[in-house]
Amino acid sequence: MLSIILLSVFGIVLLYLGFLKSRAVLLPATLFFILIALGAGFLEWNKSYLYFGDMLLVSNTAILFTGIVLVSAFMVVALSGDFLDDEAAQPAEYYAILLFSIVGAIMMIAYENLIMLFVGVEILSVSMYVLTGSDKRNLRSNEAALKYFLMGSFATGIMLFGMALLYGAAGSFTLTDIKGYIALAQGRPSLLLYMGVLLVLIGMLFKVSAAPFHFWTPDVYEGAPTLFTAFMSTVVKTAGFAALLQLLSVAFGAIYGFWWITLAVITGLTLLIGNLTAAYQDSFKRMMAYSSISHAGYLLIGLAALGQQSKQALVFYSLAYSVATIAAFGILLVVAKQRVSDGRPDDTYSAFNGLSRQNPLLAFILAVSMLSLAGIPLTAGFWGKFMVFSAAIDKGMVWILVLAVLMSAVGIYYYFRVVIAMYFREGSSTYIQVAPFYRFVLIAATAITIILGLVPGLFQNLM
Amino acid sequence: MLTLSILLFPILAALLVLAVGGKQAKQIAFLGALVELGLSGYAFFSFVPDATSQFAFDYPWIAAGSIRFSAGIDGVSLLLVVLTGLLTPLIILSAFRHTYERPAVFYALILFMQAALMGVFTARDAFLFYLYFEAALIPIYFLAASWGGENRIAVTFKFFVYTIFGSLFMLVALVYLYFKTSTAAGLHSSAITDLYNLTLSATEQTWIFWAFFIAFAIKMPVFPFHTWQPDTYVESPTPATMLLAGIMLKMGVYGVIRLLLPIVPEGVNLWGTTAIVLSVIGIVYGAIIAIRQRDIKRLIAYSSFSHVGLMAAGVFSQTSYGIQGALVQMLAHGINVVGMFFVADIIASRTNTRLLDQMGGITRYTPKLTVYFMILLLGSVALPLTNGFVGEFLLLAGVFEYNNILGAIAGLTIIFGAVYMLRLFQKAMFGKTTDITTGFKDVSGSESWVFIPLCIMVFWIGLVPNSFLKLTEPAVANLLQFIK
Repeated sequence: MLSIILLSVFGIVLLYLGFLKSRAVLLPATLFFILIALGAGFLEWNKSYLYFGDMLLVSNTAILFTGIVLVSAFMVVALSGDFLDDEAAQPAEYYAILLFSIVGAIMMIAYENLIMLFVGVEILSVSMYVLTGSDKRNLRSNEAALKYFLMGSFATGIMLFGMALLYGAAGSFTLTDIKGYIALAQGRPSLLLYMGVLLVLIGMLFKVSAAPFHFWTPDVYEGAPTLFTAFMSTVVKTAGFAALLQLLSVAFGAIYGFWWITLAVITGLTLLIGNLTAAYQDSFKRMMAYSSISHAGYLLIGLAALGQQSKQALVFYSLAYSVATIAAFGILLVVAKQRVSDGRPDDTYSAFNGLSRQNPLLAFILAVSMLSLAGIPLTAGFWGKFMVFSAAIDKGMVWILVLAVLMSAVGIYYYFRVVIAMYFREGSSTYIQVAPFYRFVLIAATAITIILGLVPGLFQNLM
Repeated sequence: MLTLSILLFPILAALLVLAVGGKQAKQIAFLGALVELGLSGYAFFSFVPDATSQFAFDYPWIAAGSIRFSAGIDGVSLLLVVLTGLLTPLIILSAFRHTYERPAVFYALILFMQAALMGVFTARDAFLFYLYFEAALIPIYFLAASWGGENRIAVTFKFFVYTIFGSLFMLVALVYLYFKTSTAAGLHSSAITDLYNLTLSATEQTWIFWAFFIAFAIKMPVFPFHTWQPDTYVESPTPATMLLAGIMLKMGVYGVIRLLLPIVPEGVNLWGTTAIVLSVIGIVYGAIIAIRQRDIKRLIAYSSFSHVGLMAAGVFSQTSYGIQGALVQMLAHGINVVGMFFVADIIASRTNTRLLDQMGGITRYTPKLTVYFMILLLGSVALPLTNGFVGEFLLLAGVFEYNNILGAIAGLTIIFGAVYMLRLFQKAMFGKTTDITTGFKDVSGSESWVFIPLCIMVFWIGLVPNSFLKLTEPAVANLLQFIK
């Protein structure tokens, strides 16, 4: 787990770099650090071992999830050029907090001990509370931060309570020990364990914004600066699902019969609420918030139908979802700046009107992202859904599947409103200029989406 | 390798069109489509009439090779490949008379559409089929929504969401079937022929039947899933309408023949009658509405809805007549409907109206158009010795074999067809000349070059149907083995 150590050190280094007069060095330095961490992560490929007093488990799955988190973080940072121009912003601190939050995410991905999970969740969450409120002069950003903080702490508390109960039942925080306890109890583990499982699940489901624990999501996503919304909706979600996968498959695999119904009901609710509410939004950012809820629903299918397919499905889906989401927010950043309403960037659908004429490349990139999120073939998003659906069919969960299919159709409706705005509605005709590096990152995200859409097998060899 | 070149060439041509762009776009697109016509023509003439899949191409693709990029042409595919190859250059040529904004994108999308359609008709892997089936929607959506009429955004959006919604059910069915298969190596297989050999319980067959049926019924469309169709046809620019009516609706019929019938024969036994009844309702309903239409484009749209109902009914009759008839009729209908829409486009753009009551007496100024129109019209109303007759006769024979009463009702299509088509001809071409039809210009050279091949095909299929039937017969017989 070289990347954890490296990123912690790099975060501190970045704070010191903040003393430099020139801010120009910060962005490349951060990108460089993330790349090093990514490389260091893959050094441990195929070397499965426990680390840090059996607290962390290095495995290929963990490395893949870490890779997705780091790639997402790289893209988000690469799109953050605007901070450097903003006098009031403190880029060094933002970048340092981002790096620290990635440390938390990696701990959530690779934990073997529940304490590590808790520490990871807290590191990630506290970082996010701060970043959400980083637009200090903006009332909505403040409101979002407070809301996120209050509700997040509450959820963490519930999760911690659950962990205590698990400890009470199994006598250990280690996943393998809990698994051993369940095996030993021969199908009659103590009630404490069941309570613990539910409470921990609730805490984690809050973090990945599954319904009915999703109420914070739209407000927080809307209030936070767009860039951090992109970070939140990708990195936090990926880490959260990796943690859930680890928890459910390693520790609670033997009591699948107990939790799958709960999870299936939550999945259904999440799909319904996420998609139906998204269809009613006028703000693109709020739509993306509800869309992130709905994608949590699709990912949850992979968990509720836990089996051989699940791991692969979750990794693939997270990657497909992350690159498409970041590209979408990246374009929102550019486009929203063009039109300011009430002193804030315009983030309604109409901000995209006529984008295909203002900048055909951006319109194309956003269209591909929307197609991918909607799950249209020849994009990565299609194969993500395909794998998740396969997992569900393998388990015979046809009802969830029918619901998911119906909801995908609703999804097409709201994602296509963006495409329609860009291509078929009239907007201003000023050409939108984008910096070359910014453009490069967006193109890279689109390339990943299309390549994975054409040859999904490319990635499967890693599994 | 021939199939692979048929699949890839239009994409290359489209990219070339995009790269060169500007004024040359349409010429390059036309040339590309001609080369593609040559390729599919080569497939047609060198096809050996047996049940095998020829010119096949097979490459491991996903999931450790159990999903394969596998394509080939058999007797069922062949006519549709030929149809796509033949119609695309004509559709491009017919668009020459208009100047479209951003022509490079416009013509590239037509070629992308062609590539996707070819993929649907040649795929031998169920997921490849699904991918192409969906991918075909994207170019046609952008064609219709960017260059269409006033109400295009709402109409095409409905079309898009509606059709994707339907095919999602097919996806679920395909994934389900995929996990039912098992190969020697303990893997699954999504080869369409492997799906044929599955044993499924009656409940499973019922579910899968409906999942497939909804997907294909929306695409064709079969009553009551047709509500997207007339508006979309009317609002789309004519080349897109031609693609939709001429080729794309055949994807649905083809899907039924290729997937639905052989995979769930038991399901078809249980629910086939329902499907035929719906199709027959569509025939009569579409025809009656067509008779009442004042708008030419809308009239042809409803006639197309009525015709496809007969094809669906014939296919669901599960008889050799019905399926063979559907294959020939798909070819014939594609040719006729593209011709009819072209006539409608010529009339509409010269008179600036699509309303029949404002027309009349065009025939006085246009000897050539009258002849072409008449030939295509006779093909549409299934006059003996024209292409429509062969297809409709076989289809009706198939439905009769299935059930006399349904056959008799379906047979009304010939009478109704004659009524609305002749009414169209009479109102537009005969009668008193009106202000807007005075001095109507006859078809020009390039317009003639669209009509001539179509008219030749009308007679070729009508006079020597066997040159087509003999190609499809072994493949259909082979399919029927799985159905029985």
